[in-house]
Amino acid sequence: MAAATAGGRKGPWLTVALLAPTSAWFLILLVMPLAVVVIFSFGARAPMGGYAAAFTFEQYANLPSRFAAFKNTMTFAPLGTLLCLLIAYPLAYYLAVKVSPRWKLLLLVLVIVPFWTSLLIRTYAWIFILGGRGIPALLELIGIEGVRLINTPGAVMLGIVYGYLPLMVFPIFVSLEKLDKGLLEVSSDLGGTPLRTFLQVTLPLSMPGMATGCMLVFILLMGEFLIPAFLGGGKIFFIGNALVDLFLQSRNWPFGSAVAVTLVVIMLITVSLYMRLTMGKSTGRDESLM
Amino acid sequence: MRLYAIAVYLFLYVPIGIIVLFSFNSGRHASDFVGLSVKWYGKAWSNPFVIDALTTSLIIALSVAVLSSLMGTSAALALQRVRGPMRVLFDGLIYVSIMIPGIVIGIATLIALVTAFDILNPLLASLWPEGVKPAKLSLGYTSVIAAHTLFTMSLVIILVRARIAGMDRALIEASQDLYATPWRTFYQVTLPQIFPAVLAGFLLSFTFSFDDFIISFFVAGANTTLPVYVFSSIRRGITPEVNVIGSVVLFVSLTLLIIAQLLLRRRDRR
Repeated sequence: MAAATAGGRKGPWLTVALLAPTSAWFLILLVMPLAVVVIFSFGARAPMGGYAAAFTFEQYANLPSRFAAFKNTMTFAPLGTLLCLLIAYPLAYYLAVKVSPRWKLLLLVLVIVPFWTSLLIRTYAWIFILGGRGIPALLELIGIEGVRLINTPGAVMLGIVYGYLPLMVFPIFVSLEKLDKGLLEVSSDLGGTPLRTFLQVTLPLSMPGMATGCMLVFILLMGEFLIPAFLGGGKIFFIGNALVDLFLQSRNWPFGSAVAVTLVVIMLITVSLYMRLTMGKSTGRDESLM
Repeated sequence: MRLYAIAVYLFLYVPIGIIVLFSFNSGRHASDFVGLSVKWYGKAWSNPFVIDALTTSLIIALSVAVLSSLMGTSAALALQRVRGPMRVLFDGLIYVSIMIPGIVIGIATLIALVTAFDILNPLLASLWPEGVKPAKLSLGYTSVIAAHTLFTMSLVIILVRARIAGMDRALIEASQDLYATPWRTFYQVTLPQIFPAVLAGFLLSFTFSFDDFIISFFVAGANTTLPVYVFSSIRRGITPEVNVIGSVVLFVSLTLLIIAQLLLRRRDRR
């Protein structure tokens, strides 16, 4: 299987040995569990919860009972992605084009780092700020009363932007930084106004970065649980919340599996459509993770 | 433009700052700021549940970091020599393991493991000698470590592979031409070059595992990690203790992350 490169003195056995633990991991913790979910989704619910062997489409037929969760996810995920894009683009542009190289690294690191810190704690911060004793209490001091911020759609959207903005900034920054500054000069030398240069040169060239960012944010939002649980007060329910409820509270594993399979299928369809529309090749996926 | 950037940075960091500020609150309630004190740090430190959860989280995160940097680095090195359908298969698995939502990994691992344990436990019990309490498989440290490692291992593979791609091939060839053994070439030429990526991968894996809530929520069984503890405390009501734990968690991950980022970027920019 291994066409040895770089001298090829080491036999294929070393390659196999080095890949063995990773392969075992993928098999036992990725392929098998996902197969189990697919199998369970065609099963029936055991009387005490859990799974009873069967082959039925009952679980899938029952999906409309969770319609609200799907509808909320499919509204908040694209809108949240768009909002992140709109807010992230100017910042990425500023970092890539305007900031001096001395500060660039530090400023970039400062944007990326929050994404990797606990989403739980960062979302909790907003419960604290938007909750009764946070901003509403401050507003009362200046005479505005009865403002309700937490457990609203706006709060959920705020949480989404706060949580995922960093992930959007980075890929856009990368594509803008690769951009040949010479092209911008050519455009302005040829009499292009700044706006025109932006629309006809900068924006099209940063498309791959925007596409990568949108895809990453969208995928993560599809599986979101914490933000609606904390900031939506049980009124704004995502698919993730439905899954937690079905697996941990009502222990309806077959139905939960059907919901999970549907979620992954929707994700795969959207992402592949999206990739086909925006680009032929996968650009910058490796880089965008960091 | 500049003002806009400042506003976004404020938006990102003010909420974190507020949590840290309120963790030093001397008042009895989370949200009435009375004065500065480290009282709540002392209280959190003497709460056995917090210390238990912290210990669990540290053990898990450290195991995840060690496992994924070893496995990820070996796989990244080996994958250089793999071509054709096997390579496509591995690349596919790496991307799927990273892209699939944590919540799906959580439930899939939960039901697969519980089902497997239901089959294996009676089997184990029948193999066990008479009169001795049989070993019983259940969710716990191992399942959380295994599930976290799936994601972080792929992350390390990607980071190390990017570094290998940027490595100077001539050095390896020179080493081989000078009759260095493959092992010697590895630890004197390859390893020093990929080391920053491995270390960054280690730190990122640690942070991911330490911060992860959703996977642990499903597969930790009776063990409580720190994020799971925080989640249930928030459900019960906001206390100053949560602010303290939050500040500590943020401080730990921010420190490790900044080191990781600098490691990853330092060489790129030279």
